[in-house]
Amino acid sequence: MELPIYLDNNATTPLDPRVLEAMLPYFTTKFGNAASRNHPFGWVAEEGVDYAREQVAKLIGCTEKEIIFTSGATEADNLGIKGVFEMYSEKGNHIITATTEHKAVLDTCKHLEKQGARVTYLKVKEDGLIDLAELEAAMTPETILVTIMYGNNEIGVVQPVKEIAAIAHKHGALFFTDATQAVGKIPVNVIEDGIDLMAFSAHKMYGPKGVGALYVRRKNPRVKVTSQMDGGGHERGMRSGTLNVPGIVGLGKACELCRLEMDEEAKRLSALRDKLEAALTTMEESYVNGNTQHRLPHVANISFKYVEGEGLMMAMKDLAVSSGSACTSASLEPSYVLKSLGLSDDLAHSSIRFGLGRFTTEEEVDYAIENTKKAVNHLRDLSPLWEMFKDGIDLSKIEWAEH
Amino acid sequence: MAYSEKVMEHYTNPRNVGTLNKDSKSVGTGLVGAPECGDVMRLQIEVDDNNVITDAKFKTFGCGSAIASSSLATEWLKGKTIDEALTIDNMDIVEELALPPVKIHCSVLAEDAIKSAINDYRVKNGLEAFELAKSHH
Repeated sequence: MELPIYLDNNATTPLDPRVLEAMLPYFTTKFGNAASRNHPFGWVAEEGVDYAREQVAKLIGCTEKEIIFTSGATEADNLGIKGVFEMYSEKGNHIITATTEHKAVLDTCKHLEKQGARVTYLKVKEDGLIDLAELEAAMTPETILVTIMYGNNEIGVVQPVKEIAAIAHKHGALFFTDATQAVGKIPVNVIEDGIDLMAFSAHKMYGPKGVGALYVRRKNPRVKVTSQMDGGGHERGMRSGTLNVPGIVGLGKACELCRLEMDEEAKRLSALRDKLEAALTTMEESYVNGNTQHRLPHVANISFKYVEGEGLMMAMKDLAVSSGSACTSASLEPSYVLKSLGLSDDLAHSSIRFGLGRFTTEEEVDYAIENTKKAVNHLRDLSPLWEMFKDGIDLSKIEWAEH
Repeated sequence: MAYSEKVMEHYTNPRNVGTLNKDSKSVGTGLVGAPECGDVMRLQIEVDDNNVITDAKFKTFGCGSAIASSSLATEWLKGKTIDEALTIDNMDIVEELALPPVKIHCSVLAEDAIKSAINDYRVKNGLEAFELAKSHH
């Protein structure tokens, strides 16, 4: 076992060597521009792209023509949401999203508010799921788009996508989902789920960074977006720019591997995740954040009360994880996602996200358990709050000097 | 963001972790920060009849820099008179630990904790509390 151990697979994943192998020729011998129609170099590159498009389409249950390659999920979020807003402006200006969305969605919505959009930010329940009745109540005749993520990047909860899509459609709105954390990890099928637009990325599923895709439905209904990048009219005019051929080939291969191995992998990862979670929650005052039924197989988000996340990560020095504590940012604000669940600031500061992945071994998880326990105990020995808690002092009754 | 070697050193081997008897007249306790903000420091000093700090202890809930700042503060306090202790400035801590700008608040908190512990000691012993500058963060 090599140290440090990578348990931050929600941030990014290592490239699968099989993906790298598929990509390599497209850097050197098959370097052509996929838009070069008049010579074999272009044809070979185009073939690579076409094949990748099939691999991607197959994973999510759509046709090749419904895939638009982008530079990643952030661009796909921007293109999908802004593109729909502009294309359907005659129908209405109302967008519904949720407070726990990724910044790529939230900040895009904020941007559109300045352009005249009205945006409803649904709160989530304590377990991180949205309330379908609240969504239903928020729908208006002007609602053109509902954008709710598939699986959450911090806590891993999986939203009731099918039900959300049904509500959006009942009121004549489109349904967009940022599925960056879900595609390749759990079965996502755009037809069965009723998804009209979907963003996802290669580097979260063992593919390369810098490439992603937007799914845009072509039938029942035919969805259109205005392009956000003008130029040579690539990707059927919806996303200009020379195609990132090696990246796209990598995304395709990554999708294929996920499709073939997902079932086994999800089983293995959820067993490891459960082991980790069970062991760490035997510690006093440790809590799992988010719904534990409807969630991705590889994420555990745990708050260790009375220790601060960043300090804790420093003690877990052989583990690469992330924290809801924002001590490093100038704002000192802890995770907005955890706060949306109703977690107090101190519990949000005390959270650690463990993100398991394809290459995580049981030995590594065992090591992580011991290492984390040791770190939590060490920091609790240093924590005045832990001592006060142990002395039976009610911390909420103390007048803290807010700073 | 990488931590400086000195922060790592204090973090890994914190000095003077512990608790003094807060009810003793010779002990001053400073508790500063707030759990919501992600850092709370408790710093205690024991003072002899000559106004010399003979012992100092801390416990800190916070990031590595906050822990290192309070560990360093206790090290500096031991053997100093109260008057000398009052001259410890947060920027001294920033310099010694090579704290980056986003971590300056940790040093400010440590300075606040020192002053607050001294005031607690003074009040317990019938002296007037010093006017504390309003928190800078």
